[in-house]
Amino acid sequence: MTWDVEKIREDFPVLSQTVNGKPLVYLDNAASAQMPRPVIERMSAYQSAEHSNIHRGVHYLSQHATTAYEAAREKVKRFINAPDVNCCIFVRGCTEGINLVADSYGKGFIGEGDEILVSQMEHHSNIVPWQVTAEERGAKVVVIPMNERGELIVEEYERLLNQRTKIVALSHVSNSLGTINPVKEMIAAAHKLGVPVCVDAAQSVPHFPVDVQDLDADFFVFSGHKMFGPTGSGIVYGKREWLDKMPPYQTGGSQIRIVSFERTTYAPLPAKFEAGTPAIAAGIGLGAAIDYINGLDFVAAAEHEHQLLEYATERLADIPEVTIIGTAAHKASVLSFTIDGIHPHDIGTILDQEGIAIRAGHHCAQPVMQFYDVPATARASFAFYNTRDEVEQLADAVQKVIEVFA
Amino acid sequence: MSDLNELYQETILEHNKNPRNFREIEDADQTALGNNPLCGDALQIFVKMDGERVADVAFKGSGCAISKASASMMTQAVKGKTLGEADKLFEEFHRMVTGELDIEAGADDLGKLRAFAGVLEFPARVKCASLSWHTLNAALHGEGEISTE
Repeated sequence: MTWDVEKIREDFPVLSQTVNGKPLVYLDNAASAQMPRPVIERMSAYQSAEHSNIHRGVHYLSQHATTAYEAAREKVKRFINAPDVNCCIFVRGCTEGINLVADSYGKGFIGEGDEILVSQMEHHSNIVPWQVTAEERGAKVVVIPMNERGELIVEEYERLLNQRTKIVALSHVSNSLGTINPVKEMIAAAHKLGVPVCVDAAQSVPHFPVDVQDLDADFFVFSGHKMFGPTGSGIVYGKREWLDKMPPYQTGGSQIRIVSFERTTYAPLPAKFEAGTPAIAAGIGLGAAIDYINGLDFVAAAEHEHQLLEYATERLADIPEVTIIGTAAHKASVLSFTIDGIHPHDIGTILDQEGIAIRAGHHCAQPVMQFYDVPATARASFAFYNTRDEVEQLADAVQKVIEVFA
Repeated sequence: MSDLNELYQETILEHNKNPRNFREIEDADQTALGNNPLCGDALQIFVKMDGERVADVAFKGSGCAISKASASMMTQAVKGKTLGEADKLFEEFHRMVTGELDIEAGADDLGKLRAFAGVLEFPARVKCASLSWHTLNAALHGEGEISTE
C-alpha cells in the first residue's frame, strides 16, 4: 500500500503556512510533533461544551468529563496493549512520568549500595531523576556504554547487571541519535536477575506500534505531544506488581481513600498516582491522537518515514563537509549531523531562513555530545507527514549553509 | 535573504574564521567563564590590567559564528580602554542588541561592533552575541562565572 502523504498533510493545519516567505518544512518532530485537526477539534469541543472537574461530581458535566477522560485511558491501554487499564497513569509528560517512577520506585525498592543502570544515550530526563534518587538512597548510577555507531553494547550491559542492580532505565529510541534499542532482549536479560526495566518510549510511540506485554516492560513512559497529541499529556504504564507496592509520588486530592489527621490511606490504581485535578483536555486530546493513529495504516506510515530517513541520510552523507552522528543499524526518524567548522546554531538559523525547522543544540543529551566530542549537533527529525521534496529542500539548504561560510 | 546577510556580515564571517586574541593569557589578572547551557557555547575570557587600563584581553572556547566573532571583535575593541570605557561599551553593545540603542543617532562609540546590530532580527541569537560581553564584564568586576540562557 502506498502512503498518500499529500492527503495526510491536509489533516495538519499548521503545515500549510509559510515561514520567512517559504513554505514551512517542519523537521523538528522529535521535539514536538504537530496535531491533526481531529485532535484540535476534540479538545476545542471539550473546552467549549464539556468541561468540568472529573471524578466525584454528581452533576451532568462532571460525569460527562469523567467518562471522556476514562475513555481516553482505555484507548491508551489498547494502544500499548497494557493488560490492565488501571495500570495506565496519566501524567503531564514523559519527564514527569520518569520522575514518578524514579522517586516512587526508588523509595520503595532502592537502598544503600544498590545500582541503577542507565544507558549512555539517555535524554537528561532519563538520567537526572535517577541521579537524584541514587543520591537520596545512597545508590549509584552505572552507565551502559555504546559504540561509535551509537548502539548500546549489549554484552557490556549483561556484564553490568548484577545482584545490586535494582532497575534499568533505557530509551526505546534515542532522541539524539535515532537508535532503536533492542529493549525486548535487554528486558529479558534484566528479568533473569529479577531486575525491572523502565522504558523511555517518548521517541518510539510516534513511529511504530508498541506492545508492553510483548516487550515485558515493567514501566513504559511517554508523552502525548510527541505522538500528535497535546502538550501536558503523558502516560506511565507500570506492572501492577510494582505499582501496588510503590508509595505515591504526589499526594493530595483524588489520590486518597480516607484522610484523618492521624493517618491517610490511599486510593487504588490509577488514582493513587494521580493527585490533584489533571490536565483533562490534554488527556482527552491524547485519546483523540490515538484514534487518529489507529485510523492510519501505521505500518505504511512507519515505512514512509523510514524511506525519508534513508533518503535524507543518503543525501547528507553525499556532502563531504557533513558528518552524520549516530549510524546505528536500526534507526527511527532522527538524523543528527554536523558540518565541518560550522556551529549547529548557525546551521539552524540559516535553515530557518529557508523555512526549515530543525533543532540545533545538545538535545538534552549532553553525555552523547561528550561521547562524540561535539558541543552540539543539528537534528532533523521526521514524521509521516514529511515528504521526499522536503528532504530535497533540507539537503539544498545544507549546501547553502556551506556556501555562506565558505 | 537580506536579514541573513545582515546577520552574517563579512566582518563577522571573517572573525569567525580567524578569531583575534584567541589564546590564553598565562599571567592574567582576571578570568571568567561564560556558558550558555542552551546551545553549549562555552568561553573563557582573560584580562591583563595595567592600572585602570585593559592592557591585554583574550579568549578561548567554542561557540557559534556569532559568539566567536563577537568575542573576537570585543577583544579588539576593549584592548587599551580604561575600565570605565569598557563598561560603557558593554552597556552600549547590550542596548544595541536588545534594540534600545538608536545606532543611527551616531552617539555611541561602538564603531565596528555595529556589525552585530543585525542580531536584533534573530531573537534566538541575541545571547550568542552578548555572551562574551557578559563574561568580560564578570571578569572585569571579579565575578568569575556567568551563565546566560
